[in-house]
Amino acid sequence: MDHRFDSVAAVRAGLREQNYLSDEGIAGVVYLADRLGKPILVEGPAGTGKTQLAKSVADLLGARLIRLQCYEGLDESKALYEWNYKKQLLRIQAERNADSTWSEIEDDIFSREFLLTRPLLEAISATDPVVLLIDEVDRVEIETEALLLEILSDYQVSIPELGTVTASQIPMVFLTSNNTRELSEALKRRCLFLHIDYPDLDREKEIVLTKVPGITDTLADQVARIVRSIRQLELKKAPSVSETLDWAHTLMLLNIQHVTEADAADTINILLKYRTDIEKAIKEFSSNGAAFAPNG
Amino acid sequence: MTDTSASPMLELLGGFIRELRAAGIPVSLSENIDAMEAVGHIPLEDREAVKYALAATLVKNDSHWRAFETVFEVYFSLRGAEYRIGEDGEPLEDLGEVEPLEAPGGQPGMGASGQLTPEELAEMLYQALMRGDEAMMRAIARQAVRRFAGMEPGRPVGGTYYLYRTLRNLDLDGVLDRLMDQTRGQAPDGLTPLEERLERDEYEARIDRLKKEVEAEIRRRLVADRGVEAMAKTLRKPLPEDVDFMHASREEMANLRKAIYPLTRKLAVRLARKRRHGRKGPLDFRSTVRHSLSYGGVPAEPKFKYPRPSKPEIFVIADISGSVAAFARFTLHLVYAISGQFSKVRAFVFIDGLDEVTPFFEGVEDIAQAVHRVNTEADVVWVDGHSDYGHAFEVFWERYGKDVGPKTSVMILGDARNNYHASQAWIIAEIEKRARNVFWLNPEPRSYWDTGDSIVSEYGVHCDGVFEVRNLRQLEGFVEHLA
Repeated sequence: MDHRFDSVAAVRAGLREQNYLSDEGIAGVVYLADRLGKPILVEGPAGTGKTQLAKSVADLLGARLIRLQCYEGLDESKALYEWNYKKQLLRIQAERNADSTWSEIEDDIFSREFLLTRPLLEAISATDPVVLLIDEVDRVEIETEALLLEILSDYQVSIPELGTVTASQIPMVFLTSNNTRELSEALKRRCLFLHIDYPDLDREKEIVLTKVPGITDTLADQVARIVRSIRQLELKKAPSVSETLDWAHTLMLLNIQHVTEADAADTINILLKYRTDIEKAIKEFSSNGAAFAPNG
Repeated sequence: MTDTSASPMLELLGGFIRELRAAGIPVSLSENIDAMEAVGHIPLEDREAVKYALAATLVKNDSHWRAFETVFEVYFSLRGAEYRIGEDGEPLEDLGEVEPLEAPGGQPGMGASGQLTPEELAEMLYQALMRGDEAMMRAIARQAVRRFAGMEPGRPVGGTYYLYRTLRNLDLDGVLDRLMDQTRGQAPDGLTPLEERLERDEYEARIDRLKKEVEAEIRRRLVADRGVEAMAKTLRKPLPEDVDFMHASREEMANLRKAIYPLTRKLAVRLARKRRHGRKGPLDFRSTVRHSLSYGGVPAEPKFKYPRPSKPEIFVIADISGSVAAFARFTLHLVYAISGQFSKVRAFVFIDGLDEVTPFFEGVEDIAQAVHRVNTEADVVWVDGHSDYGHAFEVFWERYGKDVGPKTSVMILGDARNNYHASQAWIIAEIEKRARNVFWLNPEPRSYWDTGDSIVSEYGVHCDGVFEVRNLRQLEGFVEHLA
């Protein structure tokens, strides 16, 4: 089997070209997934770039991204395949006048022609390079997870009337989860596990610099520092990377080159979405000076 | 898959995985095989890459990461050239690695023997933290451990004591103050509180890194001294969900607090789902007959009543005296976090007096805040502040007994260590008669029940269930069972 990536460093450099700043862990797992031919289960807080990772890898490989958005009530006919029964009916009616036997018709109407492929089957049967993204897999019921197992371990789909469709190539598969429930052992066992957490200071700064055109180095640095300090508080919802970016954009639009306390307090509602969190953060950052003043 | 030449690695991995399992991380056979295959694709000299490869294949739950990291550090601490400790089998002797100390500082008068005075070391530490010089910090950490920890070969300890001794000598709080003073002095017109906060956070992050280095250094030396298996066993820590409420250290408590929020979210989602997808209601005969008319009187389409699972009303009565306070805190937190699943939640806390704390939770977004208020503001001391279950129950029965009805589930939290007061168990019997059910949650191990002044079974006979709830896993299980 030929591999897509030569080394971890190559993955990292490639992702950087796609404006996705990975770290050692992310690049390492993507590299391994390619080598071992295994899906990646990406978990982590909302807004840390889980879905973006799949998109960036797809762009990097020049592959088509096939996305299956999971939701409660997702079933086989939405995820795997469905028989196009209208077309089948038409076919039967068309055959009625001709002198064909029952088994001929049956063979006929259960062929690929009458199959509607859904994302999973499409990813398996594709001949061009594809990346399969199964988004928010924790939203489906635990029973529905079973649908995914065959495809994840053997890259094949069994269709009773037709036989087994096996992948001609092993696609890269990403599953994302917001961890609202424990996924089944069977699913976890089949995947490589990648936890994407909030980035560290340097990486976050770099992300801001890459994604917000025209921002100065000092402002990006300050943004990253403030966000790091906010994340250290005990909050209901810590600011995500995308919120950091929104905030940096806002500061740019307001033409702020250096964040003062007043600026921060005015715009903090972009970073934090709960009233109690906002109050806590403002209190924390303004009373701080008073608390430590005796020292200095 | 893995060729035979890699067999020392294979053996090492085998031990590593055994240790992971011993630490409570479930590693299946197929994951084991994946890990073996994965390291085949990774340059073994790259320690970080190996770590991520192993983590990706073996650890499938983020809360297990810390346990994994500890085991990894122990098993792979002596590998990699830069971590080599004394080839000559004298691991605790002078390492002769003071060169990195000299290079960046370039200070004259520093002997090759590494005989720095403590003042010089402190000065270098200050400089390194000021500049955030990683290499120098690492070198200082090793020097400090060698000098201050006073490690004795062969002592079966986990290293906390050495860590404490080293850090005490480094006086990091003092260094932090000095750094802050310096920064304030440099700013032309003083620091705004925001700037000051940011600077402080930055220095604290650097100091944290230094502490980690010190810790790692101590661990390396301990492993060199006592061997991998022994160390792994000493350092083995329970996973967050298995940490005992009553004996959690401060750090474990902090981790528990962090763990409880995602847990409540998960639990709420699960319960809501369970409710929605619960079995259908009973057959609606009337509606079935009505609809059969369109099939000529054949009841072809059975109709069911809309399911209306009753939402229980919860009374939580919690002992918040010393040893069991943490347990009460977590349980209150959990119950309130999923209070949407109940029609009503009322909370009472007691030591020897009893007080209702329901208002603290009303209209509050931040449950942790409310729980904190419970601990500081509730009026629960009657005589001497030692647990008196009997009196507390009496007060409850007198004031709130009439509110207990057939829809009420009563949860009593405590270790039932009554300090030899009267038990007043008849009150529990009375409550049980009125309530839907009464559960007793005891944070003590089952083997301690009814020893000393614990009278849990005296109450227990009147309850519908007495449960041992010592950790988050058991608590989660119980709450799910309740809703």
